[in-house]
Amino acid sequence: MSSRPELQAPPEIFYDDVEARKYTSSSRIVGIQAELSERALELLALPDDGIPRLLLDIGCGSGLSGETISENGHQWIGLDISRSMLDIALERETDGDLILGDMGQGLGIRPGLIDGAISISAVQWLCNADKSCHEPRLRLKAFFGSLYRCLGRGARAVFQLYPENNAQRELILSFAMRAGFAGGVVIDYPHSSKKRKEYLVLTCGPPSMSTATPSAKGEDAGSCSDDESSGDEENQTAQATKEAKANKKGKTRAWVLKKKEQMRSKGNVVPPDSKYTARKRKAHF
Amino acid sequence: MRLLTHNMLSSNIKGVINGFPLRIEAERVVVKQVDFNPDFLKNMFSKIDWKALADASKIMGYAELPDEVPDPSVLDSDEFLRKFHHALLELHLEEGALVCPETGRRFPVNKGIPNMLLHEDEV
Repeated sequence: MSSRPELQAPPEIFYDDVEARKYTSSSRIVGIQAELSERALELLALPDDGIPRLLLDIGCGSGLSGETISENGHQWIGLDISRSMLDIALERETDGDLILGDMGQGLGIRPGLIDGAISISAVQWLCNADKSCHEPRLRLKAFFGSLYRCLGRGARAVFQLYPENNAQRELILSFAMRAGFAGGVVIDYPHSSKKRKEYLVLTCGPPSMSTATPSAKGEDAGSCSDDESSGDEENQTAQATKEAKANKKGKTRAWVLKKKEQMRSKGNVVPPDSKYTARKRKAHF
Repeated sequence: MRLLTHNMLSSNIKGVINGFPLRIEAERVVVKQVDFNPDFLKNMFSKIDWKALADASKIMGYAELPDEVPDPSVLDSDEFLRKFHHALLELHLEEGALVCPETGRRFPVNKGIPNMLLHEDEV
């Protein structure tokens, strides 16, 4: 994708007055943003008791996602690095408070207060080094560390993001895990190139039933294709172990690929699959 | 910026141990009406740093809040909740600054948006 805004300029420069206005006046973008934030709120799984919660909107921009939060009756505080976007948010008279800040510098919020955080199409910006003083790893660490501190125990954070490639996704996920979050990536419509949307669903605190990653929306019949594919994998491994037992020749290629996939999902660095993966060495004399 | 947000924000400068509460320099304060929701207020009461809120509301020209942390039983009184609501959600700092209590660094507030961006040497 050559049209990635991340590759064109730093966010505070890319989203200037012109771009900010364009962004907010496009009904297509407004629609997509509303849809994404609606789904992010759903994944946030706030208790349904009618009490308004205090949420954080990271990279709130012109407040399109905040509007969805307000519609659902919650209070929110928005953070963005682009003054032009925030000015548009002021014009639109959003309900939440706005802060001009850089998430890569840490959030600067007192610990344990926030009931949840969402972020729509913003976190991938952290992987860029736009200034000489920027070090993506340090910025990711500062961001996830400060976010973990400011969230209450058991609170969730949902980030919709567009990672450029697998390496970027793994980088973001690994820093989230290092900060202490439990959770993983939920991919809606994984087989569609246009509708495919990725959400990073993180929970504060140790892994438990409540921190299990929610299921993704599938492409057809509303079933979760994530589960389907993992089911397929399980079938494959069941078959593979059978094969391994049958020929007693040790690990098969399918087994190795499955293990590598497991390690990748944990966020470990795993060499890419190639024709050499799990290939037998020549017999030596 | 509402005092709710002020009560959350702390100075994020490298080396600062206690960056809370940020001192308010108020130049212009506006009051905006917000829907009254007692459930939200009761939920927030335990999270709010009372002293910071009471001090901040005084600087903003609203001295109705008690100085000492009130007993949670006052949450049943509508009168108290109204005051709490007014201070927490309706007072807006429109123009002014937030000052880091340790370093004295000023974070300017323009049109209600605090500029919390740090310089390179403060990260």
